[in-house]
Amino acid sequence: MTRFTINGRTVSVDAPGNTPLLWVIRDELALTGTKFGCGIGLCGACTVHVGGRATRSCITPLGAVAGAAVTTIEGLDPAGAHPVQQAWGALQVPQCGYCQSGQIMQAAAFLKDFPAPTDEDIDAVMAGNLCRCMTYVRIRAAIKQAAAALKPAPAAAERAPADAATAAASNSA
Amino acid sequence: MIKLGDAQRSETLALTRRDFLVGMSGASLAFTFAGSALAAMDPALPGGQLPAPSGAVFQPTVWYSVDAAGAVTVNIIRCEMGQHVGTAIARILADELEADWERVQIVHVDTDPKWGFMVTGGSWSVWQSWPVYSRAGAAGRIALIEAGSKLLGVPAQSCTARSGAVLSGGHKVTYGDIVRRANLSRRFSADELKALPIKPAAERRLVGREVVALDIATKTNGTARYGIDATEANMVYGRPKIPPTRNGSVVTAVDDSAAQNVKGYIRSIVLEDPSATVPGWVMVVAATYPAAIRAADLVKVTWTAGPTAAVSEADIQAHATALIGKSDAGVLLDTGTADTAPAFKAAHSVVEQTYTTSTVLHYQLEPVNALAFEKDGIFEIHTGNQWQSLILPTIAKALQRPESSIIMRTYLVGGGFGRRLNGDYAVPAALAAKALGRPLKMVLTRIDDARFDSVRSPSVQTLRMAFDEKRKVTAMEHHAAAGWPTQVVAPAFMSKGQKGALFDPFAIAGADHWYDVGAQKVRAISNDLANATFRPGWLRSVGPGWTNFAVESFMDEAAHHINADPVAFRLQLLDGHGGDAGSPPSAVGGALRQAEVVRRAAARAGWGSALPADTGLGLGTSFGQERDMPTWVACAARVRVDRGSGVVSVEKLTLVVDAGTIVDPNSARAQIEGSALWGLSMALHEGTEFVNGQVKDTNLDTYRPLRISDVPEMDISFVDSTEAPVGLGEPGVTVVAPAIANAIFNATGARLRHLPITPKAVLGALAARKT
Repeated sequence: MTRFTINGRTVSVDAPGNTPLLWVIRDELALTGTKFGCGIGLCGACTVHVGGRATRSCITPLGAVAGAAVTTIEGLDPAGAHPVQQAWGALQVPQCGYCQSGQIMQAAAFLKDFPAPTDEDIDAVMAGNLCRCMTYVRIRAAIKQAAAALKPAPAAAERAPADAATAAASNSA
Repeated sequence: MIKLGDAQRSETLALTRRDFLVGMSGASLAFTFAGSALAAMDPALPGGQLPAPSGAVFQPTVWYSVDAAGAVTVNIIRCEMGQHVGTAIARILADELEADWERVQIVHVDTDPKWGFMVTGGSWSVWQSWPVYSRAGAAGRIALIEAGSKLLGVPAQSCTARSGAVLSGGHKVTYGDIVRRANLSRRFSADELKALPIKPAAERRLVGREVVALDIATKTNGTARYGIDATEANMVYGRPKIPPTRNGSVVTAVDDSAAQNVKGYIRSIVLEDPSATVPGWVMVVAATYPAAIRAADLVKVTWTAGPTAAVSEADIQAHATALIGKSDAGVLLDTGTADTAPAFKAAHSVVEQTYTTSTVLHYQLEPVNALAFEKDGIFEIHTGNQWQSLILPTIAKALQRPESSIIMRTYLVGGGFGRRLNGDYAVPAALAAKALGRPLKMVLTRIDDARFDSVRSPSVQTLRMAFDEKRKVTAMEHHAAAGWPTQVVAPAFMSKGQKGALFDPFAIAGADHWYDVGAQKVRAISNDLANATFRPGWLRSVGPGWTNFAVESFMDEAAHHINADPVAFRLQLLDGHGGDAGSPPSAVGGALRQAEVVRRAAARAGWGSALPADTGLGLGTSFGQERDMPTWVACAARVRVDRGSGVVSVEKLTLVVDAGTIVDPNSARAQIEGSALWGLSMALHEGTEFVNGQVKDTNLDTYRPLRISDVPEMDISFVDSTEAPVGLGEPGVTVVAPAIANAIFNATGARLRHLPITPKAVLGALAARKT
């Protein structure tokens, strides 16, 4: 038995410790939003958060997440309205959609580390997530839109216009 | 010249001739699948499950219904694989119906003979659906206005319909109320339906306007359901052992002793396949999929391999070259003036070049899979599929049961790109489930998927052009050899060339271009060694993906041969004369529309302006997929070549597209973004080769498709048009590779004639220039 939490719920799974976490999530816990693509950690479709870090579940053994907190696309936001998800919807990023759970999970973790990402930052991190529909143009734009939405709200309405202009400039960098 | 296969054409016509009955039906006559949790799929709802219709249902045609609450449910026979096709088709219908868009929902239906021919490919969906769903919507609107006017007590002529209601003066009655209260009994004959006018463009209220596609939300929250997500009670999992050759392998022994130690391993089944779809397959069955993966690694199967076990990519290409060298090989297309010999004999000068392309994998991200089981006398196949009507008869043959007792349930497709036009993967799942007597979900690992792929065939093409002493083009020849997907997988859809000889229209389209070149010979050659070694696949844009690499590279070479500007040279040949004038319904304007996108792309990209060193601009243009349904597209690529490493950086792609009426602008743009980047990926990044009868690259460790960091700046624009809407899924692919090759030439003088263009090949071409 391996105990861990998934989307805030504690679960015990009776499967060999070397079972890839991906199949536990999909087939034992019936959370099918996390996808199988390459099986070797190079496409990113299986990306989930383990302890808040983006993790390729297809190469993560079940035993490695004992006691850890796992979050899948279904648990990213209770209403499916995380700023990254909202940006993905607003810009109509998904085509076939199959890679997008992984893209969104990767992007959400990425924006915690890089709240105002440059194109180079996006390239460096998101290049690990393959999209065969080639929605890359929109992924890039949606990450920037989500970053803007995630910025701490101005403390008060009297915030100086100059500050706002600076913020906008750094956003578009 | 090239037509859609006859069967496809007649089926299209059959759809438009369908006898639309306009009559009231009670809830008991509503869709047979309505309310069933298993059946069909609404991509807007979590898990795809449909709500039951509310109260009475008005079902004027098979294509849609209106319920007593005013909800309009549009039935979509096309599969959803990223093109948001249901949204586009529903817009067409809702516009003519004058429906309230907020009350429109879409249903991707399961297989049923009542839907007619089910295929999603060829970039045909919107083009084929436009007349059918427009007139279906118009019929419903007319019936609702008639019934609504009676409820309002006014003449029908005084009424209009808007946003799901019939209006007259200040009075109004909603479609839902009409369905609930009225007795609709009007019947439209096929002829009446055919005579129904489609709205003038100025009256369109939904077509061409921005809309959020109906399948977006579930694709951002994990609730969208793909074939790989299908489940059934008591289900077990299967992973196949793929034989050493695609065809002709025979199992001689199975040793599963090592697999017995895997917890959950059940058994291995040698598949007996009367349809000969998966010869030599063994299904390893286990209680969980990880157990099936492990067990399959441990099961030892001995095969007698088929005859192609030693075939290499070089063998396939050498065979293609030999076939091109045999003047009697292949099929001549009806180009009108195929006797080019006199022109070449009289030519002042001749240009001849040969272009080659490598094998390409689909690598659709969702590996092929299928869940199969028998329930209540029906064999159910749960999977994503692009061409249900093609594979159902094969499944019937494999299972030795009538097609009428088999149903394919519909799921989202995690990447089609043509791979799922060939539904061969459903067969082994069905055979294993039958042998087991319980539900089985087969999932291929990525390596399995690559080895079982219906790859894009490698190709060899030789092009020739004759010029007179005034440097005018007098003749052109195009000889193309490749594996033919249609011949191998769907032979009923072959086209007839000269002397009634059959050829694969999808493997040669593009060679029958709209340039005015005088005498024109197009010879399509089936590479039988390719056909024997693998099942050739339709891969996004199919033949035009390689024919246009040849045609458009060659047009550049021809222009340079006579010291002409490549854009001016093309514009001169795109004169719209004779057979290139174009004709209704879909090719109005002909070559002159292609000339216009060339002109615009060149202008937008700054053709002729100065560029930094080792930087070049190159152009490619095509008519997309078929002469019957031309999508006019041009691309200008700006590249920078690093002479030290041979690396080509694509800095910008400028695409101009004339696809007639644009139904869903946002999705149209998405299709061009995606298809153009597929073109870029196949130009510079993707390609593998056959080694010992198998593809060499089977996963991302060595197969390297385009990533986000490789994406250039993109400038995409559409020509405003009210002409018939044509396809958008594939045409963008066709122009990018030649544009890049031409740009490399303009940057460095090095000519690359093989795809993919690797740094090593660029260095080689640069070195060859120096010597």
